[in-house]
Amino acid sequence: MLSKRIVLCLDVRDGKLTKGIKFAGNVDIGDPVESARRYSEEGADEIVFYDITASAERRGIFLDVVEKVASQVFVPLCVGGGLSHIDDLDAVLQAGAEKISLNTAAVKKPELISEGAARYGSQAIVVGMDVLKVEPNEIFPSGYQIYINGGRTPVALDALAWAKQCQELGAGELCINSIDADGTLDGYELNLNAMMAEAVNIPIIASGGAGNPAHIHEVLTRGRASAALLASIVHYGQYTIKQLKDYASERGVPMRLTW
Amino acid sequence: MLAILDYKAGNQTSVARALNFLKVPCVITDSRNEVANAKGIIFPGVGAAGQAMQNLQSTGMGEVLIEAVSRGIPVLGICLGCQIMLEASAENNTRTLGIVPGECLAFDPAWQEENGERIRVPHMGWNSLKVQRPSALFKGIEPEAQFYFVHSYYPCPAGEFVLATTYYGREFCSVYGKDALWAVQFHPEKSGRPGLRLLRNFYDYCVEGRDAE
Repeated sequence: MLSKRIVLCLDVRDGKLTKGIKFAGNVDIGDPVESARRYSEEGADEIVFYDITASAERRGIFLDVVEKVASQVFVPLCVGGGLSHIDDLDAVLQAGAEKISLNTAAVKKPELISEGAARYGSQAIVVGMDVLKVEPNEIFPSGYQIYINGGRTPVALDALAWAKQCQELGAGELCINSIDADGTLDGYELNLNAMMAEAVNIPIIASGGAGNPAHIHEVLTRGRASAALLASIVHYGQYTIKQLKDYASERGVPMRLTW
Repeated sequence: MLAILDYKAGNQTSVARALNFLKVPCVITDSRNEVANAKGIIFPGVGAAGQAMQNLQSTGMGEVLIEAVSRGIPVLGICLGCQIMLEASAENNTRTLGIVPGECLAFDPAWQEENGERIRVPHMGWNSLKVQRPSALFKGIEPEAQFYFVHSYYPCPAGEFVLATTYYGREFCSVYGKDALWAVQFHPEKSGRPGLRLLRNFYDYCVEGRDAE
């Protein structure tokens, strides 16, 4: 049976982690290569790097990081942030990532999804979407609206319709980030994730809101997500990946427990 | 030296990175000579069966692989490489290499997981193996070890070739092989420690031959 995944998210700026990571018994580490290695040793099923480097000229530093990680860490790597051209996709895949996460660029140029899927296969194309809850109306019948530019800019796109369109265009996975839940530590938005999982047949990665092991368990069961994306709950040493996996596994969720 | 067959189908470098990490000498190559003289051949692949077969024909690498197999050079097919060593693939209705009897079929999204949920396609993520026949490939790998899969089609070789199966909506063959030929549907180069061990086992077999068993 397929295991549900725990996906670790690392934000990288100018080749460094933007937030220090506190490993049990260790001081903060700002080195993304070391952090990725540690997380894979601690049981991360997949690692996502978001490049939040402001300038395109410094993209090379980020690609170096990806390449170094790919030479030492042998779990799937996904890369997102600022990718807007098919050549950007090529560069990160050459550097050793197997997945690319498109967000704003996918909204602005949906054909990037289909071009990427045609060239590299659907499995390589993840569409990330930032979603805010709104009153259901004619434009947003699902009651969820898409935002771009890191959640700052609203667009007239219904989240559910967009999810279906992404699947049709060839996306292999959707990462659903709830702006409402993000940073609250109050739990994932279960209704949103379950609705997305019902609407498409590709895997859903739930993002935003994880504060304790029960949150992860519920989004992988009632929220019907295939994977849970985590950041601060693990970065700040509150829980280990193992603890989170054990909690879900003890309650019947298939998890990868040896690595 | 292991030869990683370069036939312009996806990313050969991931396998090379894993072998470099293991300090296993390897080369990504499309040279007949290098392939013919290799201790073993890794046949990876990402993408669609139709395009891969075209590339194998246009580069001549398909023929090189078939010849190497007939000479008994150990081969490890990975993912798409595993699928197209069979006779046919439902993907693009493609006639494939025919090195091993059997065909490659599509997952049906109507199938259900053990908990009653409909399966999602592609089969993407970590899953376990049920070993059906012992193999040098599995040496030192724990029974509960999981491997990373990404695929929408699954191999279905003749029964006597099946070495391990995996459950996703139904039991499918995830490792097959005979003599010095193996194929795995998952990505050992992305499967953490167990995956690296499997690659190491393949290399050990290539170097030590049957003694490794």
